[in-house]
Amino acid sequence: MTKNVKAETLSWSCNEGVIELELHRAPANEIGSQTLADLEAFVEALAELQNEASALIIHSSIDAGFCAGADLRELYQTGKTMGSSDRIAGVREFLNRIHSVLNAIDDLPLTTIAAVHGTTFGGGFELALVCDLIIADKMTRFCFPELRLGLIPGFGGIPRLKRDLGNAVVRDLLLTGRSMNATKGAQIGLVSQLVGEGKSLVAARSTARQILKFDKGTSIAAKRFVKPIPRAELREEIEIFCDLFSRPAVDAGLRRFVESDDPYPYLP
Amino acid sequence: MAETQHIIDEIQKLAAEHFKVAADHVAPDDDFFQKLGIDSLQALELLTRLENHFNIELPDYEMQGVVDFRTLADRISQRM
Repeated sequence: MTKNVKAETLSWSCNEGVIELELHRAPANEIGSQTLADLEAFVEALAELQNEASALIIHSSIDAGFCAGADLRELYQTGKTMGSSDRIAGVREFLNRIHSVLNAIDDLPLTTIAAVHGTTFGGGFELALVCDLIIADKMTRFCFPELRLGLIPGFGGIPRLKRDLGNAVVRDLLLTGRSMNATKGAQIGLVSQLVGEGKSLVAARSTARQILKFDKGTSIAAKRFVKPIPRAELREEIEIFCDLFSRPAVDAGLRRFVESDDPYPYLP
Repeated sequence: MAETQHIIDEIQKLAAEHFKVAADHVAPDDDFFQKLGIDSLQALELLTRLENHFNIELPDYEMQGVVDFRTLADRISQRM
């Protein structure tokens, strides 16, 4: 039996043991308040769906890529109307909510796959990192561009990348702000399967069919053993982010990004 | 010089293929943003294609301020 739900920024379906979450907010699936609300609705629906499935695939139907990260324009425009303490309180609330969503997906009793392509930046990279496997087409780029704004990644990216790959990779991406292609990602173990252009969803569905062959309880036990959630570091990340967010340099960085006519506004 | 010209030719060919324009539509000193009508995310697509083709890593910061094929070829040659 197929179950389909279409929300404003994303859709989900459950069919023959596989849940698929499709991101479809133009121009590049930026995560703002509406996407967050839709993700919360999805997580709520998972309470029931997870009993009917063994695998979850997260993918994007937007050409530009999987997800370009947080909606910086919304963040800037919303912040302009608020005083400093209200801005920080608003950001903290947003971070607490997105962390709840991402922790819930990270901890799901399902095998989860991010099928990515194109721009997978910032919060988009962090969304991919909550999944058990990342299947990437060769045009994918991963990046933590937050330092150019005077911030660190705020959706759990540092603790999760450190958990999965180690501190050296975190330092490389975080401290240089450079983006990394999927071939490099596969070489360092971030990408579990590297596929041709436009093939990540096909490969993810094939992998999901393999996952369905296994006893679900065994898969859950294996996942719990190998994938602890770094909760203390995730909480610490929110504190550091909010501390940095209160600095004037961040507002200047956001304004520069939003108002920029630089041909490379996404580049650090 | 001949090597740089070869890289320029390769970049123009890859860019023309990727953005579906005729190869003779672009020249070494063209502003590729204007000539190809591309935005920053599409420029990253070109970067990925170039990295895969030349089997190098070209960090984004090396692209900062680069808008023409000749300068881009120079950046690539420094990494080969």
